[in-house]
Order: sequence, then structure tokens, then C-alpha cells
Amino acid sequence: MVSQQSQFTVLMRFLHWLMAAMVLTMLGIGVAMVASLGDYHLLVSIHRPLGIAILILVVIRYVNRQFSTLPPFPVTMSPRERTIAHLSEILMYALLFVLPLIGWGMLSAARFPIVLYGSLHLPPILPHSVMLYAFLRKTHTVLAYLLFLAFIAHFGAILFHTLVVRDRVFSRMAPWRVDAR
Amino acid sequence: MSAEKQPAPLNSGRALVRAGVIGVILLCIAGGFLYLGGWFSPNALTPARFVDAFERAGGVFAGFRRNHAKGVGVSGYFESNGQGARLSKAVVFRPGRVPVIGRFSFGGGDPHVADAPNMVRGLGVLFRLPDGEEWRTAMVNLPVFPFQTPQDFYDNLVASQPDPKTGKPDPEKMAAFGASHPATVRALGIIQSHAPSSGFDNTAFNSLNAFRFIDAAGGSIPVRWSLAPVEAFARVTAAAQTDKNYMFDTLIASIRQHPLQWHLIVTIGKPEDPTNDATVAWPDGREQVDVGTLTLDHIESEETSSARDINFDPLVLPSGMAPSDDPLLSARSAIYSQSFTRRAGETKTPSAISAAEVGK
Repeated sequence: MVSQQSQFTVLMRFLHWLMAAMVLTMLGIGVAMVASLGDYHLLVSIHRPLGIAILILVVIRYVNRQFSTLPPFPVTMSPRERTIAHLSEILMYALLFVLPLIGWGMLSAARFPIVLYGSLHLPPILPHSVMLYAFLRKTHTVLAYLLFLAFIAHFGAILFHTLVVRDRVFSRMAPWRVDAR
Repeated sequence: MSAEKQPAPLNSGRALVRAGVIGVILLCIAGGFLYLGGWFSPNALTPARFVDAFERAGGVFAGFRRNHAKGVGVSGYFESNGQGARLSKAVVFRPGRVPVIGRFSFGGGDPHVADAPNMVRGLGVLFRLPDGEEWRTAMVNLPVFPFQTPQDFYDNLVASQPDPKTGKPDPEKMAAFGASHPATVRALGIIQSHAPSSGFDNTAFNSLNAFRFIDAAGGSIPVRWSLAPVEAFARVTAAAQTDKNYMFDTLIASIRQHPLQWHLIVTIGKPEDPTNDATVAWPDGREQVDVGTLTLDHIESEETSSARDINFDPLVLPSGMAPSDDPLLSARSAIYSQSFTRRAGETKTPSAISAAEVGK
């Protein structure tokens, strides 16, 4: 009898942990750069290409997910918990997609060049409008804080399941191989 | 298929302790995040606090720049003569023409201030390179900048805030600032020894900060640049001026008569020349290269010019140019962005140099 798959695929786990590191770095850079004078330019120079890299990866990850079989939730999770977990996944996917797009859009509306590296740059995706920029700039901040809160909730839920409920939720996404018991 | 093996549930006391540990971990992460955002260092200098100081010193005029508020938009082109190509691989230095947008301005936060020749004059220029890159530079007519660091600039803004009683800066605070900032006093001496010209059209504008040019082989040299006017220098006339926009009006009239031109002069620093101190002029005799001519042939009010809504961030540089180690550069970039973001969302009111004024 073929045992049921207990982990996400290697590619899915790789993308998850790669993006986890990138997104945490991004959130840290984002909150630090707006308060920084001396490091502002360096941080912004990392923030822009890192954001675009996250945008590309989240699209790859979403498409890959549609073609993959997902491991089931553990039996310890109630239907309500499963719904919440599912909704939080949708929220994080949406934020990871929308935040870089808003960043790109707000720089477009500010008519600010979207330089990735050297002479490599992206075209504007919105017309020059400072009012639009001001709105998107605020939205970018609000959604970034929301992403941070979503991360805290996600991480807290995993810690709770691993340390208190002591189920195998974490092993589904563990970076190492975990055999089904 | 067997059911998942589940460890025995924790007793409620141990579960509570573990939940507490999780809470502490999450609080530490949130605290680290807020720490990075400067929440625990209320006295650190940030772009927001810097712009607050500009607003206290110069007032808040909704929709206008927090510094260099009074201005007018211009456009034209830069014709490179190819001489800069050996200094920097930037596309702008290949022989040929690139369109530019610019903005002439006076320093200070009041967009309706009366024109006066001794106020700081600014010129922001945006070069649109054919490959979609941009070069933006915000220059002023001072030969050197009065402050070495962002902190010095900020402390001076605070010291020069108008006293609510007299409406003027407190001379004691200004004197105290001078006493503790000899570099500023030296720079002001250099600035005062340079007589300003009669108008915008015959003003030389300087990059002040040093930058680095990178050539095709990857070699890097320290540079500063300036725009040297083709119009001959003329001293300020002593005649009293009654029109508060007279210098802008003269600029409008003269650009209407014929295009105004400046030579873009690149000064190449030697290894011993400071690149991190904008208060110090580089010695005379440094190699200077005339890399091309800036021609401004069109002028319009900020109401219609796109220059109003452009951030002339000095660190928008094309490939082939890079910031130097001057601490002012990153700070300028951060503070311009803060000023831009604040004014972007505010309702715009007509500029002192209105469309009617330009159309006269």
C-alpha cells in the first residue's frame, strides 16, 4: 500500500524557506530604510530588486502549487482551524503578490526609475500622478505591516502546534525529509 | 493505513508554560522589527525628523517642496560632445542629444518668498537617457556646502528656527552653532567670498557632493560637476526691486529671447582630495573636462510643468556613475523622498510663478 504523502514536495519546501528568508529580510529592510539616513540608499537599492524577485517567485510558487498534491492537514486540526489556516495562506499569497506590485506601481506613479541593478530597470506600469503615488505609498506601508502580522500569526500557530499540541504540522514543511510514521 | 501516533497531551500547567514561551518568542520578533524601524531610538535623526525641522524653520506650505519651495519648470536638451565617455561609461556621455527637464528654485520653505540675489539658487536637472535610464542632479549656486554631515545640517536648522518672540533666529544659538562647527564657518567664508551673479541665466551651479565615475573598464574616479553659464557674469545691481518675482521674470524673459546654455564641466579629483566633505573645495588646477552643453529653451509654471512632481533625488544615477562616500548623499536621497511623499498627497495650490506670470 502506498503511504499517503506527508510532506510538501521538495520544490515547494525549497520555495517556502527561500521566500521566508527573503520576506523576513525584506520586512526588516523596509522598516529600517524609512527611518534611516546614512543607510537609506543601500537599503533601497536592495529593497527594489528583492521585491521584484519575491514577485517572480510567488508567481512560480503559486503555479507550482496548482500542479502539486498537498499533504493533508493533521487530524489534530479542527475544521475551523483548517479554514483559518487556508484563509491565512490565501492572505499571505495575496500580500506577497500585491506588495511588490504596489511598490512598482507607486514608483511608476512618482515617475521614479525602477532600477534593479546597473542599467537594468523596469518600465513604469502606472501614469505619473503624485496623488496616486501618495495613496499607493500609504497602502504599501499598511499592507507591509499586515504581512508582518500575518507572519507572526503563522509562526505563532506553528510554534503552538509543535510545542503545545505536539502534532506533525511542522513536519509537512520541514526543510529536512520526514518519513510518515 | 494507521492513524497518526499522537504524543500524550501536556498537562495544563506545562501547556501554559510553553504557550508563554511562544508569546515571549513572538514578542521578541516584533520587538526586533520595531527596533529596526527606530521605535526605541526616539532621538535618532530620521528623514521624518529632518523634514519636521525644515517645516519648523521654513513653515508648511501644502503641496510644495519642504525646501527650495519657490520655483519654475524648464526643459530642453543636453548635447554631449563625447569627451566624458572616457571618464564614465554612462550613456549620457556618448556623443549625442538627450532631453532634459529642469527646475530653477530658491532655497527655503516659503513658495511665495520675494526674490533676492543672496538667497540660495537651485537647479534640478533630469536627463532622460535613450535606454530608459535617468540621471538626476540637484545643484545649487554655492561653491561649497555649509555642512559636513546630516547631523550638522539638522543642528543648524534647529539653531536657526525663528524665535517666537522676535520672529528671527536666536543670535546666541547661531553663535553657539558656529563655535562648535568650524567647518561650517570656513565654508561660509568661501561662500561669502563668491559674489552672486545678477540672475539665474548667468549663474554657475555646482554638484557640491563628490560622486564617482566608472569607465568601461571598471575603473573609478572621484568627480564633482558644475554647470558653467554661457551668459557672461554680471554683478547684482544695487537698484531696489519692487517686484517680488523679478528674478524669475527676468529668467522667463531671457529664455523667451533665446535658449540659455551651460557647459557641463566635470572636475576630476586626485586621490588626496576629500570626497566625503562637501564643505571643502578641491584645490585649483584639478583637471576639468567640458563634456557637453545643456540648453534650456522652454519655461513653464509648476502648474503645468512635470518638474513640480519630480523628485530631483541626487542618487538617481545611470550605470557609470555612483555615489561617493559623502554621508550627505544617502541622507539627501532619504530626505528628498520624505519631502516628496509629504507633498505628493497634499492639495496643490498655484505656484508664485503662475501660468499667467510665465505667459506674460
